[in-house]
Amino acid sequence: MTAEKDFSQYAHPDALVSTEWVAQHKGDPSVVLLESNEDVLLFETGHISGAQKIDWHTDLNDPVTRDFLGPEQFAQFAASKGITPETTVVFYGDKSNWWAAYALWVFTLFGHKDLRLMDGGRAKWTAEDRELTTDVEPVEPAEYPAPAARDDSTFRAFREDVLEHFGKPLVDVRSPMEYSGARTHMEGYEQEGAMRGGHIPSAASVPWAKAANEDGTFKSREELEQIYTEGAGLGSAEEVIAYCRIGERSSHTWFVLQHLLGYDNVRNYDGSWTEWGNAVRLPIATGEQPGEVPNR
Amino acid sequence: MSHTEPTQNGQPPETELPEQLAAVIEEFEALEERQKLELLLEFSRELPDLPERFTGGYDQMEQVVECQSPLFLTLEYDDDAGTAALFFAAPPEAPTTRGFAAILYEGLSGLTYQQILAVPEDLSERLGLTRAITPLRLRGMTAMLGRIKRNIRAHLAETAPGQDG
Repeated sequence: MTAEKDFSQYAHPDALVSTEWVAQHKGDPSVVLLESNEDVLLFETGHISGAQKIDWHTDLNDPVTRDFLGPEQFAQFAASKGITPETTVVFYGDKSNWWAAYALWVFTLFGHKDLRLMDGGRAKWTAEDRELTTDVEPVEPAEYPAPAARDDSTFRAFREDVLEHFGKPLVDVRSPMEYSGARTHMEGYEQEGAMRGGHIPSAASVPWAKAANEDGTFKSREELEQIYTEGAGLGSAEEVIAYCRIGERSSHTWFVLQHLLGYDNVRNYDGSWTEWGNAVRLPIATGEQPGEVPNR
Repeated sequence: MSHTEPTQNGQPPETELPEQLAAVIEEFEALEERQKLELLLEFSRELPDLPERFTGGYDQMEQVVECQSPLFLTLEYDDDAGTAALFFAAPPEAPTTRGFAAILYEGLSGLTYQQILAVPEDLSERLGLTRAITPLRLRGMTAMLGRIKRNIRAHLAETAPGQDG
């Protein structure tokens, strides 16, 4: 086993915890563990003792409109998990924390202060032969006052915001085939396709998984700077917008840019390609080159 | 037990499902939503290991790329009987995929080519899992079924000249 990684290298070291930290703190009353997976049954096969399941699809989305929960619903949901506004909420999950990062980002919109990811996610925990349980302990509901609003402007971008943003860095985190326009959907997600293929003009292509090591942990700050700051040309930009297909893969990149590299303001455009690639008259670039910033 | 209802709202009457498949669907139909997930988990645990002749590796098998997690699939044909046996492999960290595979294994393996080709495309919806699993995730199962049928059609096309029925 390698030595524990030093999180102080990252811009916001508190946004990450190690598996060892979780092992030691999972019983703390001030800590709530939420497991967020792509596989809807994985939690049931075994999870970290005391962790609760969160389903990004059925728990965080409005059932009718394409949007997230409102503040009232969020407060009810959080309370049902035993979370108060002071709780340290730690997310972890399968697939390099892809869906855990998404859940964390949605919690961010409601202004919850102490949100963390377990570096390496579920795969690292199991690779270290740490214990899993199938027991689900009953949860004492907590009080969570409804936030005044869901903040849709600080960390979330809508398509109008993307149009305003042109000229500043955009990151497309989808696969190269989706970026170039050769594919109009992600492999395995045919239903979430778009009428047109390609990318938002001027966006740099950095597939989300580049930020993760083989074992699902995040790469070092130095490596991440090479990928994003230099490779994708983000430089010292103050504002960045990331997008993918529906905003889940880009939540992972959002976490990297906002918390690990410390860009001042990173927004996730959750409408992403399923909105942009289906919208009338929005500019699109195809091929491997980012393309020019459109004249407006 | 599948039953043929009189035609309602202009829909053609349901074609009878093969017994072993109907039994699986009935098992799911009888349950509340939460229990349906538990049953799917049970199925995932019961997916049989690959027979030894396949343990040489996954490269002998075909990967179903539409699935969110790796799933390998292969068929063995008995042309005399006109039946196909199905073999699946999926990792333990993909229980939903394993569950879908186990449903198809139990519901379809050993049936005749024609019976398998006649299985309705909306099979995944008939399990009543749409709410709990979401339609998006159920697509993996529809993709598996499509892949099985495609394999059988390809096999039939290959062997057609030899068939003198």
